[in-house]
Amino acid sequence: MSKEGTIYRISGPVVTAIDMTASMFDIVRVGDEGLMGEVIELHGEKAIIQVYEDTSGIRPGEPVTNTGDTLSVSLGPGLLTEIYDGIKRPLATLEEIMGVFITRGVDADGINMEKIWTFEATAAEGDRVESGQVICSVQETDTIAHKIMVPPGKGGVITSIKSGDFNVTETICTLDDGTKLQMLQKWPVRSPRPFRQKYAPDTPLVTGMRILDFLFPLAKGGAAGIPGPFGSGKTVTQQSLAKYSDAQIVVYIGCGERGNEMTEVLAEFPHLIDPNTGQPLMNRTVMIANTSNMPVAAREASVYTGITIAEYFRDMGYDVALMADSTSRWAEAMREISSRLEEMPGEEGYPAYLSSRLAEFYERAGRVETLDGGDGSITVIGAVSPPGGDISEPVSQGTLRIVKVFWGLDAGLARQRHFPAINWLNSYSLYPQSLNQWFRDNVAQDFPEIRTEISGLLQIEAELQEIVQLVGSDALPVDQQLTLEVARMIREYFLQQNGFHEIDAYSGVEQQYKMAKAILTFQENAKKAMAAGGLLEDIVNVPARTTLMRSRFEKGYLDRIDGLVDEMNKEIAAAVENN
Amino acid sequence: MSAKEYRTITDVKGPLVFLNKTHPVAFGEIVSLRLENGTIKNGQVLDTSNDLVVVQVFEGTAGINLTAGVKFMGDVFKLPVSTDMIGRILDGAGRPRDGGPEIIADEKADIIGAAINPYSRQSPHDFIQTGISAIDCCTTLVRGQKLPIFSASGLPHNDIALQIARQAKLQDSDEEFIVVFCAMGITAEEYNFFRSDLERTGALEKAVLFVNLADDPAVERLITPRLALTAAEYLAFEQDYHVLVIYTDMTNYCDSLRQIGAAREEVPGRRGYPGYMYTDLAMLYERAGLVKGKKGSITQFPILTMPGDDITHPIPDLSGYITEGQIVISRELHQAGIYPPINVLPSLSRLMGSCIGEKTTREDHKSVSDQMYAGYAQGRELRGLVAIVGEDALNERDKQLLEFSALFDDKFLRQSRDENRSIDETLDLCWDLMQNISTKYLVRLDQQWIDKYHPVDKKE
Repeated sequence: MSKEGTIYRISGPVVTAIDMTASMFDIVRVGDEGLMGEVIELHGEKAIIQVYEDTSGIRPGEPVTNTGDTLSVSLGPGLLTEIYDGIKRPLATLEEIMGVFITRGVDADGINMEKIWTFEATAAEGDRVESGQVICSVQETDTIAHKIMVPPGKGGVITSIKSGDFNVTETICTLDDGTKLQMLQKWPVRSPRPFRQKYAPDTPLVTGMRILDFLFPLAKGGAAGIPGPFGSGKTVTQQSLAKYSDAQIVVYIGCGERGNEMTEVLAEFPHLIDPNTGQPLMNRTVMIANTSNMPVAAREASVYTGITIAEYFRDMGYDVALMADSTSRWAEAMREISSRLEEMPGEEGYPAYLSSRLAEFYERAGRVETLDGGDGSITVIGAVSPPGGDISEPVSQGTLRIVKVFWGLDAGLARQRHFPAINWLNSYSLYPQSLNQWFRDNVAQDFPEIRTEISGLLQIEAELQEIVQLVGSDALPVDQQLTLEVARMIREYFLQQNGFHEIDAYSGVEQQYKMAKAILTFQENAKKAMAAGGLLEDIVNVPARTTLMRSRFEKGYLDRIDGLVDEMNKEIAAAVENN
Repeated sequence: MSAKEYRTITDVKGPLVFLNKTHPVAFGEIVSLRLENGTIKNGQVLDTSNDLVVVQVFEGTAGINLTAGVKFMGDVFKLPVSTDMIGRILDGAGRPRDGGPEIIADEKADIIGAAINPYSRQSPHDFIQTGISAIDCCTTLVRGQKLPIFSASGLPHNDIALQIARQAKLQDSDEEFIVVFCAMGITAEEYNFFRSDLERTGALEKAVLFVNLADDPAVERLITPRLALTAAEYLAFEQDYHVLVIYTDMTNYCDSLRQIGAAREEVPGRRGYPGYMYTDLAMLYERAGLVKGKKGSITQFPILTMPGDDITHPIPDLSGYITEGQIVISRELHQAGIYPPINVLPSLSRLMGSCIGEKTTREDHKSVSDQMYAGYAQGRELRGLVAIVGEDALNERDKQLLEFSALFDDKFLRQSRDENRSIDETLDLCWDLMQNISTKYLVRLDQQWIDKYHPVDKKE
């Protein structure tokens, strides 16, 4: 037995090697072309390998070499603005090496090893440094300072440390036990990076999407699931979150999805401006693109690659948001590999360990005290693509058992072009309790109460609609007809939001609050006016209300709302007098 | 080729042949089987090891016994490609079917096809005008898109596909598409319909046909679309053509996939289809698009029939998750005598946003399309209500929407098989129909477009 073995069997992406010493999850090079693979099962003297590249043309008897490493990513300055495949090869570099089609057997460094960064040491000779401690900060992009940390498991007294211009592999610091530190560090993707402790989340991840922030808020450090059938807007929602959420770092994993969609993101992001910093969005983004036609084993690895990068930035004390689109494709990759291994299947052919893998992944989210005492978080937002839109299937159910926020997309709403097509009746968030204080302190004292009122109205509307289905809306008493009008206003003015519109795509929480207040003000005044003898039709049709609603597409809306509401109130009052 | 011939078959099961005691055989290698009576069959290696090789036989295993000779051809499946293919009709395995000569290869291309690096793709943004209002306005097609037609048995999907093939063009351009047509398990009658239409319009001279009919080997269907796409890639990315690939019927393809899965005793997924069907379909559909630095493009129109009209069936379901939208054909509209019976509500074009607007179609396109949709969706919903409570119980707004939805079917959707509406005509038609709803209910329309385009406002 040695590091070198030979191929015994090839069945699609699964290759069996013999005569090779191997441990679980060792990375191996398969065949004459040196395809990258990972040991996923040991069976007597056979090692079962999942191969990250296409295996056509490989023959039994070709060599297999064990590298002895596990699947790791290189972490260091140069990660941001990059786009990687599932095993963290930069796609731009791959294009240089092999042209527009992805061929096989090519390896590429995850980050640019040559690029020079200016390193200004913040620790000094003689200092005692611990794991995770920041020894320097490198300005990676205009907005993000990349903190160089002592890698986990290392520590000691600094015997020498240099400031100046270096590339990521040059030694910048030496410890008393002889450890040499570089800006580059490696971490195995399947193991979570360490931290001191997890905190309860208490700050919302502000996304600028009204239905999310206002009705179903997600906390920084929380996890959310977005299940929905195709065409219901999962990807658009995920992309909006990547664009507008107030995370400092965004990791976007395109896992088994469409190539053209990734291209769109790539074309668009460099030109989009982060509403929170005014800098190009790309400066805070790392992208991983493993499209549906790229090898499944690499798709399986892509979510781990993504979350490891997210943890690395979390350890610097940043708030990181990670979008995985779609976790169902990841689960399907597990299913495919599992079936090739002839494992006993669980539900719907998925492996029995599906739900524990999902749980392990989402559990890597959280708000933590980092090893050097800072505060960082990872918020995970996973899209789920349930077959036929039926969320009773294993991936949706496995996800819902773990996440605390459920944004349920609805094909019916999508068909009516109500976007975001998030169903307000079955979605939920378990965070309002822990976030209410933040909203009271930062937006308005009565924020939670306004939210309760708005969601209450939507509930009542659902009940009234059942009656309307039977008797028509004219048969309802006028006060209930008003409730329907108010609910329509909530839906058309507040919940609907055009993710592609320059202005409407992002609403700050203050604006959200004001818009919700405006709706309730309308309801209150309409009730008063009707009590004074006004006709519902006149009140509903006051032009100022239409202006109030339409103006949300215009610049400076936040400052104009109050004036527009006053105008509406006046017209409603006038409508009574004219009557 | 002087490859060694083995006579070591141990088992034959469905379309699969198992043999042992071979030299190391490559995964995916092409296999030639010689029967006792001299017939040659072709196959491909599905699983290979020192002890056992599993071969999938394209032409079916009828007549194969344990003494059949098996040769391994040393390479994976490659298609000889050349511009001479244009105007030719080939069978499901890429051999001439029109009695013409063999294709002289400029080069031989691996039919599996490598994935396009997402970084090297170019965003599709060229509007394709199909002349069909429902598509141009509501599910706009973009060059480089993959947009399937979800249909069902007995519906006129073939007419629609052909009408698109005939009329599709870039706005303000006469550049034509090369059509690559791929038939998988369709009947001879359907095939003749396609061929004669292409012949009639002269499109056949600018088309490549790959034909596997219902009575051709089912397993061969697994390679037919790969051949078609390999040819399309060659024409698009080596020869700078804009290629329109129409393949029909994906449902037959998926059934062949299931057949192989069952023969290999794999753990089945939903409805017996293999768990890797998503990945397998993606490897076809994702071979559409535009690539940086290349002039050509591949636009795909797969046609699939939904078993039992069920859009949640695994075939349409998995397709919908991969393709950039779908055009859904409705039995209800067809039975109401409307052609093309496109149900715009579940139909979608994901790339529409990138190709409509001021610079390409018209500035009001997005607004108009949203409003048409919303109005139609609400109007359709009201039809159910009217059946219960009668039209009199509706309020003014609902009455207008109901009437609008009827006009939508009759004036907007309905057009003849050779009617080619320009995008301006389509959008003007929309404004005409929207007159039937008072402007205060047209909440999806930006005020500036109402001011500019609304026929009544313009008159005033």
